[in-house]
Amino acid sequence: MKEKKTVRYFDIDNNKEEENNDQNVKVFKIKPTSRILKDQKYKEKYNVKKEKKETKQVQKFPGKAPINPEKLEQHSRGEGLGKGVRHPLYAVKLKKRENKFKYAEEQAARADILLTEDQGFLEVDEDHRTTGITQKVIADNVDITAATKIFELNLAFGPYQAKYSRNGRHLLLGSKKGHLAAFDWVTKKLHFEINVMESIHDISWLHIETMIAAAQKEWLYIYDNTGIELHCIKRMDKILRMEFLPYHFLLAAVNEFGFMSWLDISIGEIVGHYNNNMGRTPVMTQNPYNATICLGNSKGVVSLWSPTIRKPLAKILCHKTPLTAIAVDNRGMYMATSGVDRSLKIWDIRNLDGPIQHYKLRSHCAPTDLEFSQKDMLAVALGDTVEIYSNCCTQTADRPYMRHRMGKSVNNFKFCPYEDVLGVGTSNGFTSIIVPGSGEPNFDALESNPFQTKKQRKEAEVKALLEKIPPELITLNPFDVMEVDVPSMKDKIEAKNNLLHLKPKKVDLTPRRKKKGKTDVARKKIIKEHVRKEFINQVIEAKKIVAEPEEHNVPKQSFGVLDRFVPKPKAKK
Amino acid sequence: MSNMKIKVISRNPEDYLRATKRDIHKLPRNYDPSLHPLEGPREYVRAMNAVKLERVFAKPFIGNLDGHSDGVSSLAKHPNRLAVLASGAFDGEIRLWDLASRKCTRHFTAHEGWVRSLCFTPDGQHFTSVGDDKTIKTWKSVTRDEEDYEPTNTLLSMSVVSGITHHREKPIFATCGEQCQLWENTRSEPVKVFKWGVDSLHHVAFNQVETNLLASCASDRSIILYDFRESGPLRKVVMELRSNALSWNPMEAFIFTVANEDYNLYSFDVRKLKQPINVHMDHTSAVIDVDYSPTGKEFVAGSYDKTVRIFEGLKGHSRDVYHTKRMQRLTCVKWSLDNKYILTGSDEMNIRMWKARASEKLGILKPRERTALNYSEALKEKFSNHPQIKRIARHRHVPKHVMNAQKEIKTIREKNKRKEANRRAHSKPGAVPFVAERKRHVVKEDE
Repeated sequence: MKEKKTVRYFDIDNNKEEENNDQNVKVFKIKPTSRILKDQKYKEKYNVKKEKKETKQVQKFPGKAPINPEKLEQHSRGEGLGKGVRHPLYAVKLKKRENKFKYAEEQAARADILLTEDQGFLEVDEDHRTTGITQKVIADNVDITAATKIFELNLAFGPYQAKYSRNGRHLLLGSKKGHLAAFDWVTKKLHFEINVMESIHDISWLHIETMIAAAQKEWLYIYDNTGIELHCIKRMDKILRMEFLPYHFLLAAVNEFGFMSWLDISIGEIVGHYNNNMGRTPVMTQNPYNATICLGNSKGVVSLWSPTIRKPLAKILCHKTPLTAIAVDNRGMYMATSGVDRSLKIWDIRNLDGPIQHYKLRSHCAPTDLEFSQKDMLAVALGDTVEIYSNCCTQTADRPYMRHRMGKSVNNFKFCPYEDVLGVGTSNGFTSIIVPGSGEPNFDALESNPFQTKKQRKEAEVKALLEKIPPELITLNPFDVMEVDVPSMKDKIEAKNNLLHLKPKKVDLTPRRKKKGKTDVARKKIIKEHVRKEFINQVIEAKKIVAEPEEHNVPKQSFGVLDRFVPKPKAKK
Repeated sequence: MSNMKIKVISRNPEDYLRATKRDIHKLPRNYDPSLHPLEGPREYVRAMNAVKLERVFAKPFIGNLDGHSDGVSSLAKHPNRLAVLASGAFDGEIRLWDLASRKCTRHFTAHEGWVRSLCFTPDGQHFTSVGDDKTIKTWKSVTRDEEDYEPTNTLLSMSVVSGITHHREKPIFATCGEQCQLWENTRSEPVKVFKWGVDSLHHVAFNQVETNLLASCASDRSIILYDFRESGPLRKVVMELRSNALSWNPMEAFIFTVANEDYNLYSFDVRKLKQPINVHMDHTSAVIDVDYSPTGKEFVAGSYDKTVRIFEGLKGHSRDVYHTKRMQRLTCVKWSLDNKYILTGSDEMNIRMWKARASEKLGILKPRERTALNYSEALKEKFSNHPQIKRIARHRHVPKHVMNAQKEIKTIREKNKRKEANRRAHSKPGAVPFVAERKRHVVKEDE
C-alpha cells in the first residue's frame, strides 16, 4: 500500500478548510498569486482526464502527443468497413488493413508539424473591413520581396490571357492580337516574346515550362520556351478553349463547332475526339480532383466529360441564362458558376443537387471569369473590378474579402499556385495583385516545386511520364479503380439480355474412334436435342428475369365511389 | 487602419535551395491530400509499372556448376557455410563446390554405383555419403593432408541403403533401405532398426525442430513416421501413388511436404494425417524432390517434367516456374540457407543456381532503393486482384511439352469432373458424394 501524502497545500477556490484526521499531514498556507491562479485555471480547463491518472501514478512517459482531430479528418481515408464482413478470416484481414490505413492517417497528420511556412492572412479591427484595403496599403505593409509581387505590365495588343505554370514560377501571356510571351515572373526573366500574327484564343502550359500550346486562329500550335514552333496540330482546329491535364498528359480542347478532343502530348495521339452536341461552349474548366472537363454552354447547362465516354458523365442546368464562367476548387468539392443574369451559384459537384449558395451580384455587368484559389478563395471578375470572396462555399458571404479596381476591363485571371498572388489579364496588359491567404504556403517538392532546378525538372518529367494515367481512368469518382468491382443488377440483366441474342452452341459430335459403316444417328439426334432444350430453358429463365415487371407498390389513387369508372389495365398475354 | 495585420507568403530561396552543389537537393514535403490528386489511378499505374518491371527483371538463372560426368543424384547443404555444397553423381563421384567462385574444390569417387544420398554433420566438419555398394562413408569436409582424402569412417550395412539424414545435434544419423536404421558414428552396427512391412524405403528425413522425429517414404506408397526414442515406428499414411521425397518445415515442426508421383505435392500436419492440409498442383510429371526454404513459408520442387517450381506453403498453385532449354529431368533440389538461392541437380550432369525470387536484385541495396522496392511491393499486393495486374503477374512462359501436358491434364480433369457430374445426375441422390480434393489422395492411415 502506498503512503498517504504528508504534504498538502490549500485549495485555492474553496476557502473552507478540510478536516484532516491524519496527524502527520503537514499543511501549508499559501497566498494565491496570479501565477498560481492561472495555473489552476489552466489545469481546470485542460486536465480533466489527468486527475484520473494522478490517482494511480504520474506517468513518466505519457506516450505520443495527441493529434489534432481536424488534421486527422483532412487525411482521412473514409470510415472503414465496420461490421459488414461476415467471414472471421476476412474480417481479421480487413481489420489489419484498416489499422494500416489508420496508422498512415496518423503519420500524415503528425507530419504537419514539419511544415515550415504559415498561411498568409489579412486581419483588421472589428469595426473595419478587409474589403477596403487597397494594394497600395498591402504593398506598404509587407516585406520588400513580397511587395515586388504587385506589378503591372502595359501591353498594346488587346485583351490578354494569363496562365501560370503548375509550380507557379512561370507566366504565360497570350493576347487576342497574337502577342505571345512567357517569363519567369518572380525574377522577371523573359523566356521569349513573339507575335504569331494571328489571333490567339487560348494558351496553356504543357507538363513542363519548356513547352506551351497556343490555340490560334486556325490550328493548335506548340512552342518551346524560346518561341520556336515545335508542332502545328491541324487535327485540332478553331479551338476555343484548352485545358491541360498534367497527370494524364492530355491537352483537352473544345472548338467552335462543339468538337472536343483530347491530345495525348506524350505520344502525339488524339485519344478522344467527338462532338458534344451542346452547341457553342465558350466556357471550359477542368476538375482537378478527377480530371474531368466541365463545359458550360449558352443554355446554362454545365456538362462533365471524359475522353473515352462519348456522352456527358453528368449534366446540370445551372442557370437559365447563358453561362459566363465556371470554376472548380482544388479538392473537387465545389463548383462555382455564373450566368449572364449576374447570379453566382456554388454547387456541390459530387452530388449535384441544388446550389449550396446562390448569390446575386450587385454590379452593372455579369461576371466574366471565376477562379478558385488553392485555399478556396473565389475570385470574381466584374467588368473592371476583381472581387475575392473567402469562405463563400459553406456559408453565405455578405461582402467580398478583397476588392480591386483595375480601371480597365478584366479578361481573365489565375491564382498563382503556392503564392498569395492573383494574376489578371486585362484589356491592355497584365496586373499582378496580392491576395493574402489565397495560396498554399507549403509545397510538396515531389509534386511541383517552384525552386526546381533543370536537372530536377528533367527527372520529374521522366517520372511523370512513367506514371502517366491512361485516359480510360477518367471517371467521376477517381477512386473507382480502387474499389471492388461488383456487377450491378443492370450488368446482370445486360448479360442475360445478351444471352437472348445468342445462337445455341454447336455440338461437335465427331467420334473419337470412327466406327466404319456405323452411324449412330439416333444418339446424335438425342444429344443435339438435349443441348438445344437446355439452351432454350436457359433463355426462358433469362427472359423471365428481364421481363420481370417493376413492382407497383404505389397504391392507386382512390376516388371513392367513382373508382368503378377508372379504366382497368388489360392483362398482358 | 491602425491595427491591420498582414501576412503574405514570402519564401526565402535560401531555405529551399541547396547551399553548395555537393549538397543534396532540399525536398520539402506536404502530405495534404489536395496537393496529391488522383491518388487511385496514379497508384494503379505505379502498380502496373511495378508488376511489369518485376517481369522484365525476372532473370532467375545465375549460373551452373559443371564437372560431373554423370547425372547428379544428390545434393547436400553445409549447415553453417553458405558457399559449400556437396554433390553426388550416378557414377559414384562426390564433388565439393565453392558456390561463391562456382568452382569445384575437390572431387573423388566415393562409391561403386550411385551415390544415393549425402548429408553433412551438424558441425559441418564431416559429411556422410551412402551408395549402392551398401557402405556408409564419412568424409572430412576440409582437407589438409593426404590422410584427409580417405574416409574417416566406413560402415557396412547388411542391406541396401538409399537415404541418409543426420540428427540436428546428436551424433546420430539414420539411413533407410529395406528398413530404417539408426547409427552412431562410433559403432559399426546400427543402434536401432525400425521395420514396418517388407517394402523398401527410399528417402528419410530428420525433423530439425522436433529433433526426435523422423519420416521416410516407402515404395509401397506410404509415408512412415518414427520417433527414435521408441522401439517401433509411429504412424503410416498410404497415398494413392508413391512419394519420392519428403521435407520438414523448418519453422513449423509439425508440417512436412511430400513430393508425389501423381504430379502433386502434399503438405501434411503430423497431428492429423488423415488428409493433407494442402495439395500443391502444377507440375506435369512426377515430382522428384522437395526442399523447404529456411523461412518455412515456401518450398521448391523439382520434377521429372524438367521444371523447377516454387510453391507458397499455404497455396495450391506454384508461385514461379524455372526451366531452361538444356535442363533435363530434375533429380534433386535445395533451397539455400540464406533464403536467396535455389540449387538444382539434374540428369544432364549440371548443378544450377537460381535466385529464389526471380526478379530480386542481388547485392546490397541502398536505403532509397529498398524503400522504392518496398513501396512497389506494397502496391503490387494492394492491386494484386486487378485483372490486368493479375494477368501480368501470373503469366509465365513454359516449354512446349509442359504447355501441352498442362492442356492434357486440364482435359483429363474436366473429363473426370464431367463424368462424376453425370454419374451424380443419374444415380440416387447422395449415392455419389462430393469428395474434396484433399481427401482423394490418401488411401489410409495406420498406427
